[in-house]
Amino acid sequence: MSSIPMIEQTAGKGAARAAARRGRGAGGTRGGRSSQGSARRPGFPTYGFLGAVLLASIFPLYWSFLVGSHDNTVLSRGIPLLPGGNFLANAAKVFDSIPFWKAMGNSLIVSCVTAASVVVFSTLAGFAFAKLRFRGSKALLVFVIATMAVPTQLGVVPLFIVMSKLGWTGSLWAVIIPGLVTAFGVFWMTQYLRDALPDELIEAVRMDGASMIQAFWYIGFPAARPAAAMLALFTFVATWTNFFWPFIVLDPSNPTLPVALQLLQAAHFVDYSVVLAGAVLATIPLLLLFIAAGRQLVSGIMQGAVKG
Amino acid sequence: MAVTDRVKPRSAGHPPLRPADTKRVRRLAFSQQVSKWDVKLSPYLYISPFFILFAVTGLFPLVYTAWVSLHNWNLIGGQGKFTGLENYAFVVAQPYFWNAVGNTFSIFVLSSLPQVVIALVIAAVLDANLRARTFWRMGVLVPFVVAPVAVGLIFNNLFADQFGLINEMLKAAGLGPVRWHSDSLSSHLAIATMVNFRWTGYNALIFLAAMQAIPRDVFEAATIDGAGRLRQFLSVTVPMLRPTVIFVVITSTIGGLQIFDEPRVFDQSGLGGADRQWQTLTMYIWELGWGQRNFGRASAVAWLLFLIIVLIALLNFLITKRIASQGGRK
Repeated sequence: MSSIPMIEQTAGKGAARAAARRGRGAGGTRGGRSSQGSARRPGFPTYGFLGAVLLASIFPLYWSFLVGSHDNTVLSRGIPLLPGGNFLANAAKVFDSIPFWKAMGNSLIVSCVTAASVVVFSTLAGFAFAKLRFRGSKALLVFVIATMAVPTQLGVVPLFIVMSKLGWTGSLWAVIIPGLVTAFGVFWMTQYLRDALPDELIEAVRMDGASMIQAFWYIGFPAARPAAAMLALFTFVATWTNFFWPFIVLDPSNPTLPVALQLLQAAHFVDYSVVLAGAVLATIPLLLLFIAAGRQLVSGIMQGAVKG
Repeated sequence: MAVTDRVKPRSAGHPPLRPADTKRVRRLAFSQQVSKWDVKLSPYLYISPFFILFAVTGLFPLVYTAWVSLHNWNLIGGQGKFTGLENYAFVVAQPYFWNAVGNTFSIFVLSSLPQVVIALVIAAVLDANLRARTFWRMGVLVPFVVAPVAVGLIFNNLFADQFGLINEMLKAAGLGPVRWHSDSLSSHLAIATMVNFRWTGYNALIFLAAMQAIPRDVFEAATIDGAGRLRQFLSVTVPMLRPTVIFVVITSTIGGLQIFDEPRVFDQSGLGGADRQWQTLTMYIWELGWGQRNFGRASAVAWLLFLIIVLIALLNFLITKRIASQGGRK
């Protein structure tokens, strides 16, 4: 887009303004960057700023719980500050109006199967690209990377035609199959295995007579485990939150969570306490996952940035 | 490993052969043959799942979209007669099409620009020598695990025209209520806010990683030259982050121009407002294809959007290349 230089420039200016704003009353904040490595701890303004960011990150969820724990007239009576006692009643209404547990089960199945499959196929391909020599490997890897830029979502119409010819519309297979392996996954595992797995190790087991698949299974896969875990996490989150294609191809009677969630609002009369209680309920599983594995998500994003 | 014992003779196999061993030699020759094919074919076998799946569920549908777009094609009735570019002519003559183009770009610009700026600032602050570093990093990533549909529903309520929190706050500040669900630009701002909410922290972590990869002596040199912290951020950090910024902008372009989830749940009907104030191109594809059941026209719009994205990606690429080569000369 022609606006890139503009973005760059604006980014600089905007950052300048923001930084200047923060800098005014804040000796310790200014360009927190260079203090890394030195023993100096940043002062209160830095934590104040981060606290504000954290607040902005979690406030919408808190708001959702706030409204979801009152009845639907609460907002017309003024802004509530504390949760009410209506959350369970609203949750019961959610379970009445959408097939919530079925959707939860479906999301769980789709996300787990997709994550497992992406990890296996991507690690296999990554092992080949990173460690095996074969004709055309470089060009093929470039091709894989290039496909990441292809907006395949725009092929929905024919994909839908194919799925309905196969009789798969409405079935979870229609959602699972297109996501079985991703270009990002292949690229990610290739990058990781290139450094993590010494060539000598493969040569050694090959000398001992292991076949290729045995070399992969006993040497490649174990070496890839940390990156594979991160890939599984990302794939799980991405699949769980995916909406467009499941929305098109699944029936309202057999949905994934996001598809079911928007049904709450599509009803004739919308009770926002119920809708937002539903939003909270649908987010809880991923929040639990985040509490358990958020650290891995963070380091996954940061590693990906340096390598990519 | 059971294999080890079985094939060991080959790798250790230099001692002279006794006649009784010939049978074993033949078997070894065969297994060597197998091993040769194993070496040659295995890599292709291992990478084939991706290529097969991409061909079947990615490339083929995309190419076939062009074919569908040249026909009368109904969701129920299926393929009709060949009509050439008629679908394109029809679509391009629709005000809703150009409206959707405008909305898509407006939402995209409103979301990508502030996002990059704020993410850079957050990254710079996170780069400080913080206590509880992981806690803060995790904190900015919380929105990432909230599904866009849930984000959309929550913000739809926050931005409600009546009794919405944002409007109540504006009222308290003495400003008039904004008609988030009827003014076009206001609705774009609300939807862009949802996108920013979900992705700013994610991008901040990417920038943070890139910042930490900058060699520290660059900053030492800048300090010796008398550059202040702000000056260092603007003259050293930001320029050195350029490739990362470009990467983030490119990925957010490809995703951002296909935005669907958030605007879809911004009201009950999901069509983008009474006058399609916030209908994006992907929503328009949905309306044509599954609302009006006209797959031909939906495919025409999909193909046009594809061309737009390719064009922009190409521009991106050219600009990136120029910037990169400039960086090399420095």
